[in-house]
Amino acid sequence: MQKILVEKDSYYDSVFLMLINKEVKQFKGVKDAVVSMGTEVNVELLKGMGLFNSEIESSTPNDLIIAVEAEKEDVAESAIKAAKELLNKKKSQAQEGDEYRPVTLDKAVEMVPDANLVVVSVPGNYAAREVKKALNKNLHVMLFSDNVSLEEEIELKELAEEKGLLMMGPDCGTAIINGKPLCFANVISKGNIGIVAASGTGLQEVSCSIDKFGGGISQGIGTGGRDLKNSRVGGRMMRMGIAALKNDPETKVITVISKPPAEDVAEKVIADLKKTGKPCVIHFIGLTPGEESGNIQYARNLEEAAGVAVALSKGETYKPRMFTIPEDEIEKLVSQETKNMNSKQKYLRGLYTGGTLADEAMIIFEKEIGNIYSNNQTNPDLVLDDPHVSKGNTIVDLGDDVFTVGRPHPMIDPSTREERIVKETEDPEMAVMLLDVVLGYGSHEDPAGAILKSLADAKKKAEERGGYLSIIASVTGTNGDFQGMDAQKKKLESIGCIVMPSNYQASMLALKIIREVA
Amino acid sequence: MNVKPINELFKKDLVVINMGLESFADNLKDQKVKVLQMNWKPPAGGNKKIASLLAKLGR
Repeated sequence: MQKILVEKDSYYDSVFLMLINKEVKQFKGVKDAVVSMGTEVNVELLKGMGLFNSEIESSTPNDLIIAVEAEKEDVAESAIKAAKELLNKKKSQAQEGDEYRPVTLDKAVEMVPDANLVVVSVPGNYAAREVKKALNKNLHVMLFSDNVSLEEEIELKELAEEKGLLMMGPDCGTAIINGKPLCFANVISKGNIGIVAASGTGLQEVSCSIDKFGGGISQGIGTGGRDLKNSRVGGRMMRMGIAALKNDPETKVITVISKPPAEDVAEKVIADLKKTGKPCVIHFIGLTPGEESGNIQYARNLEEAAGVAVALSKGETYKPRMFTIPEDEIEKLVSQETKNMNSKQKYLRGLYTGGTLADEAMIIFEKEIGNIYSNNQTNPDLVLDDPHVSKGNTIVDLGDDVFTVGRPHPMIDPSTREERIVKETEDPEMAVMLLDVVLGYGSHEDPAGAILKSLADAKKKAEERGGYLSIIASVTGTNGDFQGMDAQKKKLESIGCIVMPSNYQASMLALKIIREVA
Repeated sequence: MNVKPINELFKKDLVVINMGLESFADNLKDQKVKVLQMNWKPPAGGNKKIASLLAKLGR
């Protein structure tokens, strides 16, 4: 039994609709449901699902679609009614709000003439034109949207360069400007370390580690992931960020984070850093660190980038280390975690919500034991045939598009990961589950609590099979975050998870355990 | 390289226009940042042809 409602000229943002969609799907008697805007992609998706009629066929990206498949007509009707109530509640909340909401940027600037930054998260195919308008009004931009073409990125960054403005993005999830976390970012102590990062969760992990080590940050500038990777983008935003931090009297140390850059771009960035005259730390994720030279130091992982930066900011020398916990305690943990495992248990399952954190773990395991299956693998032989099914040692990035079609990112909605945990629970070969828990603005209100039951069940199932499941996690966050790092850590520890101080240390501990049992 | 406007921004209070996901504006309000949420809609009712014409006209 299908019921379809198309409401003309009724626009809602996608993340909000996905959350409504989830609620409607959970309605008793509902087999499937889609609440979305009538974009081309969504219309195709509905067609493929067989939830389709002529009204959907002629809908536009401005039209709201509620499509429900249920056992009975009255169930479908009540589900649609419930969805409409949730949407109306949102609308009336918006109308009750303090101010008029302008439709155009012209009007918005008229209303707040002192505006200095525009955060853009509209669908990617519309984003570039809006950013261009903002830059032409001399406004700095954080462009959260993805699906912005390379050509558009180059054009926008050229315009930003000409005007001397920030154009952070596209696909820029994290920034901290003037101490204010933007989009997905954490509450970090103020300080004298300036960061420019071409990786959102990379910036989160480094800034949180800086906070843990007693340092603070002046600015955290995001650039979007393609900034250094692509020679034509040429590291434009990274280079402008470095130049701004060079001139900034609050910034004493500059830290640069990126996935492997194009060679010519890396050379330019390093040359720029040398010219700043300030102590600089570079971490190119997955690349062998360069030799320390002059004011430039290299870090081998995200946590170390933070450690070196904090030491430099205090005029101290960084002492390289693997663990911040004494070695004998680590050995104790390894034997505690392995002693009750059975002979079938051999493999790692890394279930990540943060892309860069997944990459960091994958790089560590690849280097030490090789052959890690993943949806993020660059080696085609090691890409999972079915990303939903693990094999051998697997690390998945659950924030990847293959997992998030029609649903929110797992940092917002932990159910994607919870489902995966439940699935992995059935695998008797799993020895270690490795997790990230990312806090801060943008993230779920209780990411640890949301997966706690499934983790406890996974441990119980392993015991019933005569084994023991080791769960190792790290929390990317601070006690300033509204979820509270200590509170999240405590929750995880309450069911026997080992919580390490960073993703690097969590990965290294997981590696030690796998080596012991494999 | 001209980055003067960025260094000027570093000295000011942030005043944000949020175009898109409303939760980002809520989070900024929570931090006492002045923010204006836009009621953004796809231009030209989502009609790509008209939207690109409007873009060319700078609207």
